[in-house]
Amino acid sequence: MIPAAFDYIRAHSPDEAFSHLQQHGGDARVLAGGQSLIPAMRFRLARPAVLVDINGLADLGRLELGRTALAIGAIARDSAIERAPWIGETRWSLLHDVSRVVADPVVRQMGTVVGSLCHNDPSGDWTAVALAARAAVVVRGRQGTRTVPIDDFLVDSFTTAVGEGEMALAVHFPVPGDRTAGSYQKVERKVGDFATAAAAVQVTLDGKGAIKEAGIALSAAGPCAVRVTEAEQALVGQKPTADVIRAAADAASKRSEPQADLRGSVEYKKNLAGVLVARGLRQALARLGVQA
Amino acid sequence: MKVTITVNGTPYTRDVEPRTLLAYFLREHCGLTGTHVGCDTSSCGCCVAVLDGQTAVKTCTMFAVQADGHEILTVEGLAAGGALHPIQQAFSDQHGLHCGYCTPGMMLTTVALLKHTPAPTEAQIREGLAGNLCRCTGYNNIVKAVQQAADVLRQPAAATK
Ligand SMILES: Cc1cc2nc3c(=O)[nH]c(=O)nc-3n(C[C@H](O)[C@H](O)[C@H](O)COP(=O)(O)OP(=O)(O)OC[C@H]3O[C@@H](n4cnc5c(N)ncnc54)[C@H](O)[C@@H]3O)c2cc1C
Ligand code: FES
Ligand code: FES
Repeated sequence: MIPAAFDYIRAHSPDEAFSHLQQHGGDARVLAGGQSLIPAMRFRLARPAVLVDINGLADLGRLELGRTALAIGAIARDSAIERAPWIGETRWSLLHDVSRVVADPVVRQMGTVVGSLCHNDPSGDWTAVALAARAAVVVRGRQGTRTVPIDDFLVDSFTTAVGEGEMALAVHFPVPGDRTAGSYQKVERKVGDFATAAAAVQVTLDGKGAIKEAGIALSAAGPCAVRVTEAEQALVGQKPTADVIRAAADAASKRSEPQADLRGSVEYKKNLAGVLVARGLRQALARLGVQA
Repeated sequence: MKVTITVNGTPYTRDVEPRTLLAYFLREHCGLTGTHVGCDTSSCGCCVAVLDGQTAVKTCTMFAVQADGHEILTVEGLAAGGALHPIQQAFSDQHGLHCGYCTPGMMLTTVALLKHTPAPTEAQIREGLAGNLCRCTGYNNIVKAVQQAADVLRQPAAATK
């Protein structure tokens, strides 16, 4: 399968990439890992006239763990997260989990976190994780750079706050506080398949063992990944008990608006969303030494 | 566009359309048909080659122009001086191939896997090869082959490989 013809531009700096994008507007696309874009071009679902390749921008390949945020640059691969020296720490367990189940291990060596967010597939993995972890995307626009909270970044299926002629430079994940753990629960038919249903969960406990902060999001549950605010509200301020977990799980099932396909019926997927939130909460809590 | 890609140590300069996928560059423009195309939809891993010595890539999911100025290792580059590479030897010893269609992709994925995980557990091998499908050997012997290759490559004498 051969994509439609296009012009290829290799960018040598973020400024250069940006000016090409500005010049070509809606005709141009950023080429990051290419693991979503190239398959779409082969099927001719996408026919960009110009590709601006940002893979040469080594500075955008870095993971920078600062005091308040982890900055993941636009060409940092999924595999870089998988291999990061700090990925085994409990507070990063949500990122740990997802970095092992996105696509397959070869795709993860090219595919990027930021590219995945920009692609915004309804069944993508990083979008739900970014919601649960309250990440924000740094977008370069004509007025300079702006930081867009993930809730505003994910607009609709395959649509984000990145406008024509703009590009995303990085995603920032807040450094989780002490006593934070997460879990990513994905049911897939086989390795490399998109989720039948998936839940991203992150909780922080206070000194007394009550839930101080909670992030709960679903993938494959609507036009794009969704935050389950009702589940977060059911958790915050509570001691983690089986009842509280059930309330959060029920809220997730209710919030899920999946589409029936070969992976399952609407009823099955809605139920699964709740099951996965409960499993994720139990695993995150277990990682903090709490049985619930 | 004129590109120069160093494949297995030899520079290949060719004029290609930007839409030429690396798999077809290797097979049709360089005549290196050891890189197989199984699915052409990024799913099977038959077409995997190694980019710049450490990244396994599905060459059906990368444009040749992206590899301009870079190094690619394919199955043709594994054997040296008439001797099989330890990974090839291990696949032979352990009966890690049957029809052989998936084998180049399996071996090149293994090159990158062992680069990052020189002493993999069985689980790590199974996870690391999860993007490579084999429709006939069955995976047990492939896993054994990777284990043998890892053992051999960790010995000091093989360090240059
Ligand atoms: C076999 C297979 C299985 C997969 N399974 C999964 C899965 O289970 N879960 C999952 O989440 N994903 C899956 N994917 C998708 C994969 O994770 C992609 O890598 C990811 O969705 C896109 O990242 P990329 O870097 O490859 O982006 P690209 O393909 O390069 O780009 C994707 C889109 O985002 C845009 N874009 C990329 N970077 C930027 C930027 N910096 N600024 C502005 N726009 C940008 C591009 O223009 C394009 O429109 C799978 C892919 C394959 C081939
Ligand atoms: S031919 Fe490239 S993954 Fe199947
Ligand atoms: S050996 Fe035949 S497909 Fe793997």
